[in-house]
Amino acid sequence: MLENFPLDQASRILAAFALVLIAALVSRWQQVDLEKDILTAAVRAFVQLVAIGYALTFVFAIDSPLLILLILTVMISIAGYTAGKRGKGVPHSSQVALMSIGLGASLTLGLLLALGVFEFTAAQIIPIAGMVVGNSMNVCSLVMARVRDEINGRSAEIEAALALGATGRQSAQPYLRTSLRAGMTPIVDSTKTVGLIQLPGAMTGMILAGAAPLEAVQLQIIVVYMLTGAAAFTGLAATWLTYRQFFTGNEQLVLP
Amino acid sequence: MTTPRFQVQHLSLERNGRPVLQDVTLEVAAGEIVCLLGPSGSGKSSLLRCLNRLTEPPPQSVFHDGADITTLDVLALRRRLGMVFQKPALFPGSVAENIAYGPGLDGRMLTADEIAALLALADMPAAYAARPVTELSGGEAQRVSIARALANNPDSLLLDEPTSALDPAARRHVRETVKKLRRELGLTVIWVTHYMEEVLEVADRVYLLLDGRVADQGSPADLLGPDSDHKTAEFAAGLLE
Repeated sequence: MLENFPLDQASRILAAFALVLIAALVSRWQQVDLEKDILTAAVRAFVQLVAIGYALTFVFAIDSPLLILLILTVMISIAGYTAGKRGKGVPHSSQVALMSIGLGASLTLGLLLALGVFEFTAAQIIPIAGMVVGNSMNVCSLVMARVRDEINGRSAEIEAALALGATGRQSAQPYLRTSLRAGMTPIVDSTKTVGLIQLPGAMTGMILAGAAPLEAVQLQIIVVYMLTGAAAFTGLAATWLTYRQFFTGNEQLVLP
Repeated sequence: MTTPRFQVQHLSLERNGRPVLQDVTLEVAAGEIVCLLGPSGSGKSSLLRCLNRLTEPPPQSVFHDGADITTLDVLALRRRLGMVFQKPALFPGSVAENIAYGPGLDGRMLTADEIAALLALADMPAAYAARPVTELSGGEAQRVSIARALANNPDSLLLDEPTSALDPAARRHVRETVKKLRRELGLTVIWVTHYMEEVLEVADRVYLLLDGRVADQGSPADLLGPDSDHKTAEFAAGLLE
């Protein structure tokens, strides 16, 4: 049965599964009560990844622009939904997240295509979009939660500024700056230390798959730059769209 | 007859389907000090916030110098009405930066002399200008927030329990400052409070709010006099019990 399995690495996968079993045993031994979760997670990871492997093989083979766009839409929708749930307490949080991630990801991908860094083929766009959308989702969650917390925590100062004749934007500006900064800091920090502390996924994957390190590094540099850009676009969109939810057209602060 | 500075006509307001203000009608003349009195939740602060549109009143219910405020430019309106809150809510930075905030929104820089003059109006020494706001006492911070409101050169002050977090000495100091401001600048003052001492000492007239309605109105002497059978006297007695 194993020889029919489409992976040539089946025996290595089974061997690596030993580590999962050890983790489950540790959990049982220390009464952490996670062994069921560990095993379920391992099986889910296997099934999901094999499924996506087949799906990508299919998508790459067809390589239809419409299919690529459809997949991008699905990715962005799932990311928007997930980030929207993190933005509880922000009015219309799902729409805000969807628009922020959609804007951030499309601008980043559009620029990469326009500058000729990548080609509009399934094999290039889909893995790249996965990274961009995932990263945008994290930035969006962080920014939405931060803007919400800042505006709630600083409502007295914001209303004091409004009462002095400030617009909503002027009254919230210092806190929006803090929020955007909080959203972008993780990616900037990891960009600073990339290669020093950790070898990032794309590069590790290429090297393990047999690529020369310098070849892998070229792609990784592009990825790091692209994620920085995506964080800026998404962060900016999320900051602005989230803040708008807390003010009326008459420059009034509305806390839900 | 001169146009009142503020005119509130049959103002009703709901929040989340519950009435906050019900058919409130009142008038405040220019240069008058009017206290809004009432238990918490009676709508005093909501009424005050309607006057500078931090909360939007319905059209044709609030008038400033005869103009329906919902037709006025909201930012210009707020600059004409200085507001001081229960918490001073100073911005991070120095006293001078806080005072310069309002004019700065219009692109106008204040000179050191102007800042000193505004501090003097709020009974603060000019030397405080450079102080970080984190080094101020509660009373000092509240007087800086008064100076900050005065920097826009308003015609009125809306005071939302500005002394409730202060000790008696600081409270007295704020009262003196506000009385002086009315005397020297002719400011109209609407003062939300639950301190009888404040009402007796500063108010020309009092409105008592109960459950979002005007329950009583008149001069403090009329409402709180020993023979009064007004609701305000009952309310005051309840506070003292």
